[in-house]
Amino acid sequence: MLKILEGSRAIAETINACKPGVISAYPITPQTHIVEELAKMKADGEAGYEYIRAESEFAAASIVLGSLATGIRSYTATSSQGLLLMTEVIYNIAGMRLPLVMTCANRAVSAPINIWNDQQDAVTMRDSGWLLWFGETNQEVCDLHILAYKIAEKLQLPVMVNLDGFILTHVVEPVAVETTEKIKKFLPAYQPTEILDVNNPLTLGAFATPTHYFEIREELHDDIVASKAVMKKEMADFKKIFSRDLALVEYYGDKKAETVLVAMGSVLGTIKDAVDEIQENNKTKKQKNKIGVLKIVSLRPWPEEEILTALKDAKNIAVIDKSISLGTEGILATEIKRTIGDSKNITSFIVGLGGRDVTKEMIKHIYKLADKNQEKAVFVSK
Amino acid sequence: MPQDIKTKYKSPLSHLLNPGHTACAGCGMIVAARLVLDAAGPNTIVTNATGCSEVTTTQYPMTSYKQPWIHSLFENPAAVASGILAALKVKGLADKINVIAIGGDGATFDIGLVHISGMWERGENILYVCYDNEAYQNTGYQSSGATPLAAATSTTPAGNKSWGSDLPKKDMIRIALAHNLPYVATATTGYPLDIIAKTKKALSIKGPKYLQIYTPCVPGWGIEPKDTLSTSQLAVQSGFYPIVEYVNGELIKAQKITKKVPVENFLKLQKRFKHLFKSPEGQKEIAKIQALAEKNIRDFNLL
Repeated sequence: MLKILEGSRAIAETINACKPGVISAYPITPQTHIVEELAKMKADGEAGYEYIRAESEFAAASIVLGSLATGIRSYTATSSQGLLLMTEVIYNIAGMRLPLVMTCANRAVSAPINIWNDQQDAVTMRDSGWLLWFGETNQEVCDLHILAYKIAEKLQLPVMVNLDGFILTHVVEPVAVETTEKIKKFLPAYQPTEILDVNNPLTLGAFATPTHYFEIREELHDDIVASKAVMKKEMADFKKIFSRDLALVEYYGDKKAETVLVAMGSVLGTIKDAVDEIQENNKTKKQKNKIGVLKIVSLRPWPEEEILTALKDAKNIAVIDKSISLGTEGILATEIKRTIGDSKNITSFIVGLGGRDVTKEMIKHIYKLADKNQEKAVFVSK
Repeated sequence: MPQDIKTKYKSPLSHLLNPGHTACAGCGMIVAARLVLDAAGPNTIVTNATGCSEVTTTQYPMTSYKQPWIHSLFENPAAVASGILAALKVKGLADKINVIAIGGDGATFDIGLVHISGMWERGENILYVCYDNEAYQNTGYQSSGATPLAAATSTTPAGNKSWGSDLPKKDMIRIALAHNLPYVATATTGYPLDIIAKTKKALSIKGPKYLQIYTPCVPGWGIEPKDTLSTSQLAVQSGFYPIVEYVNGELIKAQKITKKVPVENFLKLQKRFKHLFKSPEGQKEIAKIQALAEKNIRDFNLL
């Protein structure tokens, strides 16, 4: 049923419908509305989970680590500094193969302190062993959470579902919030075997010497690579039950475009609108340069083949990042360059840091610069 | 007392913390951990901080534990314990299974303190056990908040211009009491049956509990393996380390000194205090430590 509601509320209702047993969180803007809504549902008797008020994000992540290790589906959410504070636990959760699902309401990182949106927080976790997904709309974000539990629990890998802070968390738009009954058809009960259980005592989190550490890390890498195929299968199953598409990447616009803009998250809406206008303008002026858009939903696993296919005919690729590896270029740009190689013009454009508006005019400007073969990152601030 | 222990423990493999671990000969921590875990029994889930107690017992793919046991990080066993308890609540097992978090003094007094405070504030039915050997012994004897005055550690070395640690030990017991815990106690490997009794008593009380066990570290303190128990007994008999027990904030018991000894007797067995015995000036530092012991004796009426 379509409901008109705030993004945070839609996520909270979706999480509640997924029936986690334990939620623990610590408030940070712009994640706050999500955890407030979950607390309210608990207070109103509309939710069955234990809600543990944590003394920090580090604690919240550690608490859900403990509940997952005891075999209970769990959830937390954070943003920015909170995610950075969690970092040690984030790596630990992945290494311990605990299937946590976490929402990150993407926000700039300090200093200077800034509460507004960019994606610097999430991309710092690129190498942590988590699956990292970015939603464009609140509908997609909600759907990704349902998929996240399925994938996480099936593969024993944690999943971070990202959405742009304020731009999505605080926006009110129609979302189909799925019911528990329907979700159950897709997502079975969490029944792990290797847990803390007095009837079958196991040691979890043992320390590994050089004899074993290497292979354990290699296995984690292999499983993240292999998760892509499982995601594709589960996305197809998702469509059968919920009648909505989910994909690792999504292509928009002319299939034979010379210029393709690549991005993650809510900025895709602005990019698609700008591209429509560029296309229209090109037609009017009888210019033949065609333009397309490639949306990256999954930063991890990295959809290498899908990206190669989608960018096969492109000559100019403009990668639009809301984050940067300071001193080099956008994180997504580096990933795209590694995948495509030197055969095409690939330019890293940095936009939207610290909540700077990204307008259609800026996208049109980027389009004009896309064939200039600039090696250095281009900051587009207005 | 040795006879008692002999009849209680027939086979080394009857323990819940098994032989085969790599703790040093004479390690106080491993003795304390075994006593606590045996006293708690098999119906217990244990979460452990990074440190000697973790490194010496769980070298993958082996383990010394017969209870479900988890190590996550250095500073978070208390928070992990909260998560375990929450999961047990969901399963309807919260009143049937003990949850114990274990950390050394570095994990407890320093890096993990905020998470212990959070766990205590939430009033959760968890026993937190600190094995206190007064420094980061696992990484090579660096000083922690639990390091006592004038102890030489690798980060508070004694030298021409230093008597070792220039700070007194942080008062973790009063921090625990400030959280209104129903049970707070100290114990030591010098008196093993007391560890067993206090573990059992703590677990019989609902709510957050704190048990701080004084455990000599053979290499860190620079003592002989055979002296672990006697050294910790001297800590008690000198008033250096009072063995106390609080229920609902009230001091219900402080272990009396049966034969008072000067702190010198305790200090001179240990390499970490050796520098105090080399000059007349060192005697002044010893006098300061004696004064702290006398204060303990007065405060807790130990004589």
